[in-house]
Amino acid sequence: MTHANSLLQVRDLQIRVGEHGPLAVDGLSFDVAPGEIVALVGESGSGKTMAARAAIGLLPLPMQVCGGRLEFQGQDLVSLDTRALRAIRGAQIGMVFQEPMVSLNPALTIGRQMAEALELHTDLDPPAIHQRCVDMLQRIGIRDAERCLDSWPHQFSGGMRQRIMLASVMLLRPKLLIADEPTTALDCLAQLDVIELMLELTREQGTAILFISHDLSLVARYAHKVVVMRQGQAVEQGAIGDILLAPKAEYTRQLLEALPRRGELPPLPASDGPLVEVDQVCIEHPGPANFWGKRAYKRVVHSASLSIAPGETLALVGGSGSGKTTLGRSLVGLVKPCAGAIRFKGVDILKAANRTHRLQCQMIFQDPFSSLDPRMRIGEILLEPLRHEPGLSATGRRERVAQTMRDIGLPEAFAERFPHQLSGGQRQRVAIGRALVRHPQLVIADEPISALDMTIQKQILELFERLQARYGFACLFISHDLSAVERIAHRVAVMHQGEVVEVGSREQVFDDPRHPYTRQLLAAASPLEKLDDGSYRIRRAS
Amino acid sequence: MSSKPSLAPLAAPAATPRKALRAWPPANALIGATLLALLVLLALLGLVWTPFDPLRIDLLSRLQAPSALHWLGTDEFGRDVFSRLLIGARTSLWISLLAVSFAVCAGTLIGMLAGYLRGWTDRLLMMCNDALLAFPGILMALGIMAIIGASQYGIVLALGIAYTPSVVRVVRGSVLSLRELEFIEASRVIGNSELYTMLRHIAPNCLAPLCVLATSMFGWALLSESALSFLGLGVPPPAATWGNMLASSRPYIASASWLGIFPGLFICLALLAINLFGDALRDRLDPRMRK
Amino acid sequence: MLRFILQKLGMAVPTLLLISLMVFALIRLVPGDPALLMLGDMADPQSLADMRRTLGLDHSLVTQFLIWFKAVLSGDLGFSISTREAVLPLILERFAVSAGIVLVAVLLATLIAVPVGLLAAWKQNSALDLGLVMSATLLLSIPSFWLGLLLLYAFGIKLGWLPVVGYVSFAQDPWQALSYLVLPIVTLTLVEVGAITRMARASTIEVLRLEYIAHARAKGLSERAVLWRHALRNAFAPTWTLVGLILGNLLGGIAVLETVFTLPGIGRLMVDAIFARDYPVLQGCLLLITFVYVLVNLFVDLLYPLFDPRVKL
Repeated sequence: MTHANSLLQVRDLQIRVGEHGPLAVDGLSFDVAPGEIVALVGESGSGKTMAARAAIGLLPLPMQVCGGRLEFQGQDLVSLDTRALRAIRGAQIGMVFQEPMVSLNPALTIGRQMAEALELHTDLDPPAIHQRCVDMLQRIGIRDAERCLDSWPHQFSGGMRQRIMLASVMLLRPKLLIADEPTTALDCLAQLDVIELMLELTREQGTAILFISHDLSLVARYAHKVVVMRQGQAVEQGAIGDILLAPKAEYTRQLLEALPRRGELPPLPASDGPLVEVDQVCIEHPGPANFWGKRAYKRVVHSASLSIAPGETLALVGGSGSGKTTLGRSLVGLVKPCAGAIRFKGVDILKAANRTHRLQCQMIFQDPFSSLDPRMRIGEILLEPLRHEPGLSATGRRERVAQTMRDIGLPEAFAERFPHQLSGGQRQRVAIGRALVRHPQLVIADEPISALDMTIQKQILELFERLQARYGFACLFISHDLSAVERIAHRVAVMHQGEVVEVGSREQVFDDPRHPYTRQLLAAASPLEKLDDGSYRIRRAS
Repeated sequence: MSSKPSLAPLAAPAATPRKALRAWPPANALIGATLLALLVLLALLGLVWTPFDPLRIDLLSRLQAPSALHWLGTDEFGRDVFSRLLIGARTSLWISLLAVSFAVCAGTLIGMLAGYLRGWTDRLLMMCNDALLAFPGILMALGIMAIIGASQYGIVLALGIAYTPSVVRVVRGSVLSLRELEFIEASRVIGNSELYTMLRHIAPNCLAPLCVLATSMFGWALLSESALSFLGLGVPPPAATWGNMLASSRPYIASASWLGIFPGLFICLALLAINLFGDALRDRLDPRMRK
Repeated sequence: MLRFILQKLGMAVPTLLLISLMVFALIRLVPGDPALLMLGDMADPQSLADMRRTLGLDHSLVTQFLIWFKAVLSGDLGFSISTREAVLPLILERFAVSAGIVLVAVLLATLIAVPVGLLAAWKQNSALDLGLVMSATLLLSIPSFWLGLLLLYAFGIKLGWLPVVGYVSFAQDPWQALSYLVLPIVTLTLVEVGAITRMARASTIEVLRLEYIAHARAKGLSERAVLWRHALRNAFAPTWTLVGLILGNLLGGIAVLETVFTLPGIGRLMVDAIFARDYPVLQGCLLLITFVYVLVNLFVDLLYPLFDPRVKL
């Protein structure tokens, strides 16, 4: 790309934390040509977000640009005064943020927020502005555009809000769109939706995109160029095809390796009958109570049936609202079904005194931040479940905790630490350790890796495999992402809107999906596959 | 669908403004804590020594302006103002402490019960609580004082009852929001009983907002006790509290202004100390909870 | 929308009922013969007998409460022991005085404090911000009765600008009335400005950290527009709740200021009634103040969706 052609030129950009702090971005250089899609990929701490924010002049306070050049259409953005910068923002460079839940002001109507930008940057009169907003909303598929403009953000779902955000940003026809992880907080299918929309709109107007993401496989499908960042530096950049064909940097390889792949699964132990049987279970969720305490109930799971054999990993996959988490929670007794039976080793757990069952089924929760008591030390957290383990002396318990810490790969010194002193991945290890310390027969894992970086995800999955091989527990692995489970699932069950729509072995579901929803999920899954010569290729799914 | 990706985006910007704020709270806390310590020392001093006998009437030395002998002057009965302020410190601080302790103990018990039991018990308790909260400020205390009559322990009871509903509300709110957190569910999954979960996991995590509230309440109690004494419904004379000293200074405001200035100044400084300290406490406890 | 209003109204009714019960219980808790308490020591045997019948003392406690409650609802709050006036008109008249001062002071305080809090939050950690926060904390720590005394001393006695004692109603003579009211209103305003400023500042800081603010900036809005149009509405919601609480608190705590400035308000009436053991008046004051407080909170709750549409379920 020649310099004259570039829309955005970044040269040796350096961003520092405060006056004397460490460098968040160190010597970053890349170009964005008009109409081009450039992806900045990296894990947390890579500096990708800071670089993007610098481009629009919205660095949070202690951060400042301390070196290098940032040129937009020939103008140096760093030395620009606030007024000129504001003229560029919105009209020339648009930005879409990550969390759709909080990106729209809850106190203003949609119409007000959309019109605001137009009022600022154009000379259109109110009726013309209104018409443009209506047209744009209809363009993104909202039928009742007038009503939408009068509604409030909280009345829409996360995916919908993100689409509206996109619409309002693209209204101004900016030359460059910076998308800061716009889909990370959405589930698989919603992600695809939003990205397709983004591509459509930008293609129409010839807008270039600077796409920030932690997910290389996501951007692989759409980006022309990729810049891989690590700890503030660009380790590799180039056309996507080139990078996939022959990744040069070690880190890029690591990222690509982290993509889950189907491998050999250990054989299942012999058994006479399933460990868990879910039989036509229905679960209802209470809605908000009215004044008299009466609640309306909403059915979340309809007649679901599953079975899990001892030592087997059954993956339960579905989008948000599919009921998969609720079903998982009913197996550990956190939720009571209103109909149907759940049998553990032949005994109906809903009828019998379920103490034994409770102790044999454990759960790993989704959010590594909130699943550990912030006031307990790691050692205490791991020791607590052993209160209910009969036949262990105090020494025996300590030995078990030490063993568990070795199993999960944390050094002994960590036992004295508090959760907030650990990273997300380390916390999740502790959560796994806590679930396994009693050597249960069944572990329910509720989206245990969704909140983690790609390379950490791979580590956790490997840990999981090792532990399962050693202790032989069965597992119900809940996830919204099919590609994550490809590696460890023996069998896969797909849920959609409260019903189990497909169940089969891994090969069956991945290679020969029958239900249209399963096919949709597969299409949204990771498109990259590794070839024998060590290069990667974008899989063209049917 | 992940709710809180641990990826840096907005975690870093949110964290860093707080770091910048860190520059001045320590000064905040320092001043507050020093003032508070000073006042407590004065109160303790008042227990063992005062320059003059605070209760001794000496009509020959009445209404003397501050001098080398009587540092803050004398009142209309010739009593040394500084000595009376010292024992006033002890009385006022002690009453406030007792009242807050009462409210915290009673409120925590009721709040935990309401949050833990839910259902009809909760709704009944909250209805009563809301009704009690409908008695604004010191009205409840005034009402109770009307029945009991002015006395030291009467005030403690009155203020304690008046502040209990606020504690109940905060504790119950804490319990309710903590109940939904995953580590509480994890405790149930492990097999712990509800009671154990309450005591081991929920209670310690309620401490932070409770501490902040207790500090604020200490300030309210001090102010209320002074106000009640000012109105004549608090600790009766000749016992000295800052409030009733201020009340008896009113007729002499033109002639002996020092009688009105110093007690009020002490109340003001005490409240300032508590507020500064409370602020610093809140800042200190908050970010860790945020994590 | 209508459902929301009805719901809120519905929840206020049991609260009012419970409050009435509590006030009734409170008065009954005073040791001694209830009839004697209501009539005072000077009552003759005939009136006492009549009072006993009226109060229903020979019936059960529940019946007594119902009789009492019915009387309250019909506006019959008895007669003051000290002045023999009817209680209801007396307390209403006094309440008008207090309410006038409180409302004006809180309004002034809010009008000053909210922009100041916003400014402080905008310039967070600057010298201006620190100065404003320190001032607000200082104002917050000054007891209202002491400030009142000091101002009275400074402006009333030393400078002689304003009258020290007394009150003239607004209806009689606006200018004179104002001269009596200036000091109490200024005192109250100063004391409350501190609390409201801090709350406004804190909630604005919270809001400014949120993502939709960054989004608004990304649209190219000036800082002032961001602050005014986006931050204010959201930040105001907790401040609005605080204002409701303050109004309520002042209804109870106004007694001290009325004592300092010798104003014929309801706080002073209550305190005097306690000293004079004038239980009918005391009862009336308690009922009126708590009822008004419940209504104030209701009003605050009803207006809340204006600032936070998420609540309008």
